[in-house]
Amino acid sequence: MSLVNIDNVHKYYGDNHVLKGVDLKIKAGEVISIIGRSGSGKSTLLRCINGLESYDKGGITVDQMEVTSDEEQIRKLSKSVGMVFQSFNLFPHLTVSQNITLAPKLVRKVSAEEADTLALQVLEKVGLKDKASSYPQELSGGQQQRVAIARSLAMQPKVLLCDEITSALDPELVGDVLNVLEELAAEGMTLVLVTHEMNFARDVGDRVIFMHQGKIWESGDAKEVFAAPKTPELQKFIDAVL
Amino acid sequence: MAYNFQFSGLLPYLQNLVDGLVTTVVITLITTVLGCLLGTLCAAARAGQSSFKSKVVGVYVELIRNTPFIVQLFFIFFGLPALGLRLSAWEAGTLAMVINLGAYSTEIIRAGIEATPKGQIEAAKVLGLTRFQTFVRVVLPPAIQKIYPALTSQCIIVMLGSAVLSQISVQELTFAANFIQSRNFLSFEVYFVVAGVYLLLSIGMRQLFNGIHYLVFPNLRAQR
Repeated sequence: MSLVNIDNVHKYYGDNHVLKGVDLKIKAGEVISIIGRSGSGKSTLLRCINGLESYDKGGITVDQMEVTSDEEQIRKLSKSVGMVFQSFNLFPHLTVSQNITLAPKLVRKVSAEEADTLALQVLEKVGLKDKASSYPQELSGGQQQRVAIARSLAMQPKVLLCDEITSALDPELVGDVLNVLEELAAEGMTLVLVTHEMNFARDVGDRVIFMHQGKIWESGDAKEVFAAPKTPELQKFIDAVL
Repeated sequence: MAYNFQFSGLLPYLQNLVDGLVTTVVITLITTVLGCLLGTLCAAARAGQSSFKSKVVGVYVELIRNTPFIVQLFFIFFGLPALGLRLSAWEAGTLAMVINLGAYSTEIIRAGIEATPKGQIEAAKVLGLTRFQTFVRVVLPPAIQKIYPALTSQCIIVMLGSAVLSQISVQELTFAANFIQSRNFLSFEVYFVVAGVYLLLSIGMRQLFNGIHYLVFPNLRAQR
């Protein structure tokens, strides 16, 4: 049984048919990179996996739970699916530690002490243990993004969705964030990344999904897809970005 | 044009001034707390999903912001008894001020709520927070922080507006001044003193609000 099951999903924005029957199965522990031009539907697909976007046809299950945009259901899903955003979205009035412990305390009803220990654990994982009492505004973009990853990890998700999480960063800060992802991948975390980091997709990813015009145009083993693209669209895309 | 100030003529009425000051401070305190609370609730309704609640709040806000405070006060004090609701001058005055501040603070707080990035609300949703938890823990604190100067200015404006309550015989600071000058005819002196007291009250409130700001939002002390 796959961890994430996407079955013939269609999505419309008004008349705009953005997802045209997407099928995708993701096994636990897999690292999937979704690549493609802007407007190809890759972020929309990612946001459908945890209910942030509704879909019009087809079905998605995660960890054997059906994904709907019903609020109660999204809340249940939050225990299985974590998400990191391009713009970090840390809560500015809370310290790093408070950012991380908020959801475990409110949603998983973890005690304050346990939550603090948990915060230090996940901060250690992203290499920012010394920043626990800092505020987001005191951190660099790369550090903020690592805190955002730590915040997701504190909910102990089974799959982590990353929506272009290095796109808003200065080039020299990208590496730190990718290193964290690489470590997570090595520990067996299931990762689904919408990314423009082609080298990362090729070297760390297990599988690459190339989206084009709302469909999965081509997919396969990460290294093979980059070495020998089968469709002219992917060839053109790779030529343009690499 | 030399005027000979006779401040000593006010001394026998010092107690009236002190009593008036205490009343003004107490009413201001109650108004600030309840008015901001009302404003927060109404702003939540205005920014919320129910279009009915949002419209009701909209009518309330427009009604209050587009009529003079003294008319609102007379409406409550003289109008409501006709409907069988009899309030003392003090109660009516405080109620009018709470309703007035509530309307203005609704718009101020709503502006702060709408300035909260959508992404932060999504982040809270993805972390599994309920809509109420998201509003109270994620949306409201930075919203209040952003509009705090505007909100506290409004509280000070309402404090100064409490002078109007003297018109329905609430025995606050201006009422005391009116009373004193009707007894000793030292109107220049008494209004001189009272103006100074209002000025000090405003400055004091601003200092207090600033102190609270840094106490409640420790991230302001963090360096950028």
